[in-house]
Amino acid sequence: MTDPNSSVSHLDLEESKKTFLDANELVINMGPQHPATHGVLRVILRLDGEKVMGLECVIGYLHRGVEKIAEHRTYTMFNPYVDRMDYVAAVSNGLGYCEAVEKLLNIEAPPRANYIRVILTELNRLASHQLWLGTHALDIGAMTPLFYTFRDREEILKIFEKYCGARLTTHAFRIGGCQYETYEGFEKDVKKFLTFVAPKIDEYEELLTTNRIWVERTKKVGTISAKDCIALGVTGPVLRASGVKWDLRKAQPYAAYKQFDFEIPTGQNGDTYDRYLVRMAEMRQSLRIIQQAVDAIPEGPIMAKVSKVIKPPVGEIYHSIEAPKGELGYFIVSDGSTQPYRVRVRPPSFVNLQALDLMCRGQLVADVIAVIGTLDIVLGEVDR
Amino acid sequence: MSDETKSPSPQPEGEKPSSDKIAGGISSGTPPPGGAKPPAPPEKPAAAAGTTPPKPAAPGEKPAAAAAPAKPAAPAKPAGPTPQPWDSPLVAKLTRQFGSGIQPLTYLGQNYLQVDRSLIPTILQMLRDEEQFDYCVDITAVHYPKREKQFDLVWILYSFSKNERVRVKTQIADGEHIPSAVPIWVAANWLERETFDMFGIQFDGHPDLKRILLPDGWKGHPLRKDYGIIQQDQEWVQINLGIESGQ
Repeated sequence: MTDPNSSVSHLDLEESKKTFLDANELVINMGPQHPATHGVLRVILRLDGEKVMGLECVIGYLHRGVEKIAEHRTYTMFNPYVDRMDYVAAVSNGLGYCEAVEKLLNIEAPPRANYIRVILTELNRLASHQLWLGTHALDIGAMTPLFYTFRDREEILKIFEKYCGARLTTHAFRIGGCQYETYEGFEKDVKKFLTFVAPKIDEYEELLTTNRIWVERTKKVGTISAKDCIALGVTGPVLRASGVKWDLRKAQPYAAYKQFDFEIPTGQNGDTYDRYLVRMAEMRQSLRIIQQAVDAIPEGPIMAKVSKVIKPPVGEIYHSIEAPKGELGYFIVSDGSTQPYRVRVRPPSFVNLQALDLMCRGQLVADVIAVIGTLDIVLGEVDR
Repeated sequence: MSDETKSPSPQPEGEKPSSDKIAGGISSGTPPPGGAKPPAPPEKPAAAAGTTPPKPAAPGEKPAAAAAPAKPAAPAKPAGPTPQPWDSPLVAKLTRQFGSGIQPLTYLGQNYLQVDRSLIPTILQMLRDEEQFDYCVDITAVHYPKREKQFDLVWILYSFSKNERVRVKTQIADGEHIPSAVPIWVAANWLERETFDMFGIQFDGHPDLKRILLPDGWKGHPLRKDYGIIQQDQEWVQINLGIESGQ
């Protein structure tokens, strides 16, 4: 585990086929109904005393066949379904899907729509990270941050509600732009929120960053190297905390991200503590982006010219965005009809969860909870 | 009911990949004809349905279906782009080595390689080792039931050092096996399991090829086109959930 060159090979054939003949080894089932698995995740743990020798994830409890449903709905009708995958970052899901179909149609959303999209998506990233922080801290035993983060997340949900009527599964965007113009006082609300939330993030950090218990529980826990992250396809804050400076908003900019100045925070050690720091820094970067977007939001139409019946030409497209959890991709095949021939969702949580086995080996049972929390998975997205 | 409206549409689809191939074949030999055609009939899409000489025969009852087979003549929609040949140093290298086994194409600015099934392991290995495509983004499949080789298998790859994406595609028949990519990218593990679960495609050499989203004893592969949207494994439901049916 500690040898960086051999760590990936842990997942090789030999290792996974090893029989449980060692008398000290104990197989324990965790979940699927377990409050710290963030949904219905079942983990089969192989233990030697308190030490984790290996584990296997059993998923699929929330499988709803989203990809199959897509083949039986029109492009427009499928749009709200994507919100139900990663339900704590529904806006990001919608953005990815709308942009993928727009690419397939070879159209672009107008600048004003792109700015609105960026503001809402970044607000949603903040909300997602806040929810992650609250629940992750709760898992580890710090109860207070949950109340702080949920109190502040509420303000974001209020903005969503005022904008489109929904708090969680927002369906905020449409193919070609946005359906709704911003409401009266939208900019004011967002700016007010920015000044409100900036000191709150410091407050979270005050509670945790130098807290001895927090540091002990997170430092050197669930370490993963950059090399292993890449081999396992892990993306998002987990990859960045291992030191890879890669963010799709910079690498392959979409929406209006090209116009904003922001940093990609990275860590060095790839442990749970670094992932915490990276996400905290990302929250601040999101605030920066929102500030710039709301200051420079252009006037103009919010919808591109899209025919009422969406019928992309025959062809296929892959489009991905940087969702709060990592690379969220849509691979859409069109047969020229009004319904997609195939929609494949590349969910970040699903691929990231694959790293759980590697990250937990050699750790204590209690740390498994910390590692599941730090991966920031949403089972609705893992199972689709 | 949307079930039934959908089922006819795969039929024209069966021919599309082949027409794609034709487009690729023509253009790889002589690019101009493909490019020369679109300007000629710009405002004839409606008339084209009646006048297309290439396929006056069977499937053209619905106007939508008629537009599809007419594609080689490229009258369909003025906006509809077609896959173009893709040219780059990487492609030159690959064609030098593999010749006609691969067709490099680009569509809406995205590059992909249509590869012979037999070349797949070599090409994937080479893309990772020599071209730095070190991140396997996704592995998935698309089902075309009317085609002889029913499945399109797709690998989506990304290179961190080049900031470039490429898709590798191949066609395989139902029941045909394909070597697993797990020795190349560990990330392929769950992705291949999901493809197996949803389409029933067997990956040789996969460490633990079993269902991932559906329960182990389930029969059928839901993302195949012949699997209905409300269809389920009645027997499994009855035995394990103790109910007649969920629907």
